Amino acid sequence: MNIGKTVANETWKTINHGSHVFKAGSAADFHTGDWRSNKPVWNEAKCKQCLLCVPVCPDVSIPVNADGKISGFDYDYCKGCLICVKACPFGAIESEDA
Amino acid sequence: MAIRERLSGNEAVSIAMKQINPDVVAAYPITPSTEVPQYFSNYAANGEVDTEFVPVESEHSAMSACIGAQAAGGRAMTATSSQGLALMWEMLYIASSYRLPITMATINRTLSGPINIHCDHSDSMGARDSGWIQIYSENSQEAYDNFIQAVRIAEHPDVMLPVMDCFDGFITSHKVENLNLIEDDEVKKFVGKYNPPYHLMDKNKPMSMGPLSLPMYYFESKRQQAETMRGSIKAILEVAADFEKLTGRKYGLFEEYKMQDAETAIVIINSTAGTAKDCVDQLREKGVKAGLVKIRVFRPFPVTQIVSALSKCKAVAVMDRADSCNGAGGPLFTDVTSAMYGRADGIKVVNYIYGLGGRDVKIDDIHSVYNDLQEIVKTGTVKEVYNYLGVREG
Ligand code: SF4
Ligand code: SF4
Repeated sequence: MNIGKTVANETWKTINHGSHVFKAGSAADFHTGDWRSNKPVWNEAKCKQCLLCVPVCPDVSIPVNADGKISGFDYDYCKGCLICVKACPFGAIESEDA
Repeated sequence: MAIRERLSGNEAVSIAMKQINPDVVAAYPITPSTEVPQYFSNYAANGEVDTEFVPVESEHSAMSACIGAQAAGGRAMTATSSQGLALMWEMLYIASSYRLPITMATINRTLSGPINIHCDHSDSMGARDSGWIQIYSENSQEAYDNFIQAVRIAEHPDVMLPVMDCFDGFITSHKVENLNLIEDDEVKKFVGKYNPPYHLMDKNKPMSMGPLSLPMYYFESKRQQAETMRGSIKAILEVAADFEKLTGRKYGLFEEYKMQDAETAIVIINSTAGTAKDCVDQLREKGVKAGLVKIRVFRPFPVTQIVSALSKCKAVAVMDRADSCNGAGGPLFTDVTSAMYGRADGIKVVNYIYGLGGRDVKIDDIHSVYNDLQEIVKTGTVKEVYNYLGVREG
């Protein structure tokens, strides 16, 4: 069962006891980014790759690649809190309506 | 071979716990249930059980520890009363909604305030909608027998719900009575080994309990829980039948005492049923067709069964040792009358709130209730539906 999506044919007769989830790491299936009402937008041209935004994200939604660089946001989980906007010293993150 | 003993209700239940030898007992002391974990902690300290005894810092923690233990695949138990049960409140709902078959002795004591340590049923009645199966016991023998059955009922694959075995504080918990115990190995055989269908420690079947269940799923989960509760009657009777085979002691959803031809009857819970049976005997000697129904299983409420037990009566008094303060009647009364509505209309049903805060209930008090019922039968009118028995009216 994917707790983030309604499965129409999942009835009270078939649902797991207590909505238990029989899968490891199932939190990844729950796209909490759906709740977002603001959206951070990355401006590659302004970004200095200082990575100051990365540790302030409460949802680990600014992934760093193998080269130690960011390339935007993981919108599946970014909740649009805009802390990263405040943290960026170079104005490389702007906010938009989600 | 049964063991003849004389024990208080608390001793009897702690012995049942010892015989079952659960994985975890987590408890916090509160009068009058304190003795249950107190005796049990002796068994644990003396190595008579291999249970992990967890002396937690509150009842909220006691229920939380039981939930953790049971979620990890263990068999967990506890005991409490009154404010202790109240402090467990939010965890009671977690236990039942996670479908964790925890067993708890609930030793009925008045809820504060004003503060009072004596018996009434306001504690467990307050938890009647928490999703726990509730079984009530008149005396030490029943408290012991029901505790053992509770484990089997809770863990029944068609049930998987927690169960409380409720009995009266001091009256049953501390009064020493004769009773028959079952041999240790017979108890162990009866309850069997707990084989949870799933648990958090099974590395081959990873799972999460207690996920966020938003509007897309919560309703289905609750519907399933409610239906399981309703259907658990079957398992309760199945376990009772097995228990009767083992001990010869017969248990149903309720006990019918001289109900065959009863014109007037009272419906009652726990120890006062004993007093009321004496009253019925006295009335029967005078030719009065009086009867009694003693509720054993209150959750799930045996709706149709209660209706058929009462359907031949002319007037019924439902006795509540808890007041709902709702303007409508006590919890047992509102359940009995809603069961009868549309199924047994025309029978006069009245309510008596009695024994609050440990107020003594004597045979004479019960007599007055049967007198009122006879008056209702004679006149065909009910003066007052919602009555108080034994309170100073002035
Ligand atoms: S808006 Fe908030 S959640 Fe989204 S990436 Fe920025 S800090 Fe993380
Ligand atoms: S804080 Fe700004 S400049 Fe630094 S990595 Fe993040 S987006 Fe780029």
